[in-house]
Amino acid sequence: MFNTISRMLHTGLLTEPLPAPDQTAPTLATRQKELLKILGRALCIRHVDAGSCNGCELEIQALNNPYYNLEGAGMKFVASPRHADLLLVTGPVSVNMEEALKRTYDAMPDPKLVVAVGDCGACGGFFGTTYASRGGVARIIPVNLTIMGCPPSPAAILDGILRSVRPTETEDLKGTVSQ
Amino acid sequence: MATDFMEFQAARLPANIPSRRLRVDRVQWLQTAKALRESKARFLTFWGADDRDRDGGFRIYAAYLLPDTVMVVEHFIEDSPAPSYPSIAGFYPAALRMQRSVYDLLGISTDETDSRGWLRHGGWPETLFPLRRDVDGSRQYPIASGPYPFVPVEGDGVHEIAVGPVHAGTIEPGHFRFSVVGEKVLRLEERLGYTHKGVAKLFENTSQQNGHRLAARVSGDSAVAFSWAYCAALESITETVCPARAILLRALALEHERLANHLGDLGALGNDGGFAFGLTQFSRLKEDLLRANTVAFGARYLMDYVVPGGVAFDLPADARCRLLDLYDALEPSVNQMRSIYDEHAGLQDRFREAGRLEQSTAEKLGAIGLAGRASGIACDLRVDHPWTPYDSLVPKLIVRSGGDVAARVQVRFDEILESLRLCRALLSGPPIETIHTSVPVAAPDLLGIGLIEGWRGPVMIALETGPNGGIRRCHAHDPSWQNWPSIEYAILGNIVPDFPLINKSFNLSYSGQDG
Repeated sequence: MFNTISRMLHTGLLTEPLPAPDQTAPTLATRQKELLKILGRALCIRHVDAGSCNGCELEIQALNNPYYNLEGAGMKFVASPRHADLLLVTGPVSVNMEEALKRTYDAMPDPKLVVAVGDCGACGGFFGTTYASRGGVARIIPVNLTIMGCPPSPAAILDGILRSVRPTETEDLKGTVSQ
Repeated sequence: MATDFMEFQAARLPANIPSRRLRVDRVQWLQTAKALRESKARFLTFWGADDRDRDGGFRIYAAYLLPDTVMVVEHFIEDSPAPSYPSIAGFYPAALRMQRSVYDLLGISTDETDSRGWLRHGGWPETLFPLRRDVDGSRQYPIASGPYPFVPVEGDGVHEIAVGPVHAGTIEPGHFRFSVVGEKVLRLEERLGYTHKGVAKLFENTSQQNGHRLAARVSGDSAVAFSWAYCAALESITETVCPARAILLRALALEHERLANHLGDLGALGNDGGFAFGLTQFSRLKEDLLRANTVAFGARYLMDYVVPGGVAFDLPADARCRLLDLYDALEPSVNQMRSIYDEHAGLQDRFREAGRLEQSTAEKLGAIGLAGRASGIACDLRVDHPWTPYDSLVPKLIVRSGGDVAARVQVRFDEILESLRLCRALLSGPPIETIHTSVPVAAPDLLGIGLIEGWRGPVMIALETGPNGGIRRCHAHDPSWQNWPSIEYAILGNIVPDFPLINKSFNLSYSGQDG
């Protein structure tokens, strides 16, 4: 126990102010405020791997480490699509995952947002459109925002999630975000 | 003795570790498997190819690891309305799922009774075999999925729990069918293949010079191992000698990949054992390493670092000091965390005895790599079949006999410390030297293999060249293939709530298995 407490004290607080890849982007505080204004509460995220190589998963998991401290920014991952506001989808959509992805999307309550993560999620990446891969996520379910990268960094993913909740920045919200 | 004719007839095969190639007929196909099993050879991988355009039939290959060599056994099957070959799963059970996959992709079958699809879930027609050369891989088909008959378990109070393919966390998709009484697991049956992306077919439209990029994306967490295995195969075929400096940097990148995954797993295992502090600490240490990767290798995950002929670029001038500082900070932290884990009664209560894979079971199933070493399977290519630069580094073989979650945790701790020693040694290499050489275009129809001990176990690429700098066939093998069946045994008698912990302690790749 002494060791544990000593390690906690020596580690200290590591959470960083969010590095915005785009310098003109609003600060984290502004984003949080906006997030609260739009949703009125924390953002609940459900992740689905629709066929990725598992690279993007590693960077999404990194969002929970103390440097990025996702929960501290008012966002959390939830275990069921029925609890989720936002669906984070990785990978090209494999034909074997097409049905599961559609069902997950259908299980989410409205209003719902979809963010496609990585080059594969955006356009199929290396895997393209084949007998086994349907290509980008948007070919299967409506996508509000895509985050490029192979894999994109945690900072880029966090920035994308925050941008997706701003109705003006998403491509097509179809009235899914309550005003 | 069957092994006699093997030694007599086997020809040298281009590879980064000594390898031989043996052509056999239908009877010998089974005889060699039997003889190799009796001589305790380990089963590495199995794949098939459509050669009807070249010589009117199909070929199947099985690769085995012997104490001094890798043996690739090749069998030619004449084309017929129902091409088939005898199953080797009686000797090597791990081959069963691979044989089912070969049927799904090529339409060549075995005498096994289990003919359920493994990679095909109804996403393409039953009569279409995508890896055949006359099939256009870019065509799309509507899904016609039927029921998948899981093996039923009957008895008083037995019920089934179906989990997946979408899981509750940020992990890959797969289906687990538990048959339970109360909380206790009587049987687990896995169904995988959900992330099948047609990698083998994609390779056929990829150039030799570009294949390493696709290989790196077979399983993103093993990008260095796969891309190095690919490059090793291509360089062996073309007899290219990589600059010494490039080889050192590849090994450094491979050890960083091992460190990053082990650190991440140790955190996740603490978390699954109810000790969130462990996740916080280890995910921080992993992030420190990934940030150092950005400085040293230009990216957090090294998807495109290993290239044919060398590496993409050398370490920047200040990277060596930065990395040594990182190792100096990492080592005491890991040691401290280890004593915290070891002394935490609640955590040890979850780790010990959970998910035990006995050594005898592991031997029978052919478990390999990290999970094998935690069950007493003393096999690490870096130690047993060292290729450059591991021949001069002499890595320590880390083996535990417990076979439980605790043993897999201890193997990871030991391997982190050993990897740090290797990284320091690798950084003492000559600093200014060339890091890349050009790789000539290989002639068509040449086979070569690359075999690299990734963090999970032996990663293998079998590359057959095509005309005009193309690829005729490339088979990428992840050690998860061998180890997935082990989880079905490790879980027996455990309770369902311990499954996430046990599954994490193996941390197998879904994408690597599904291809």
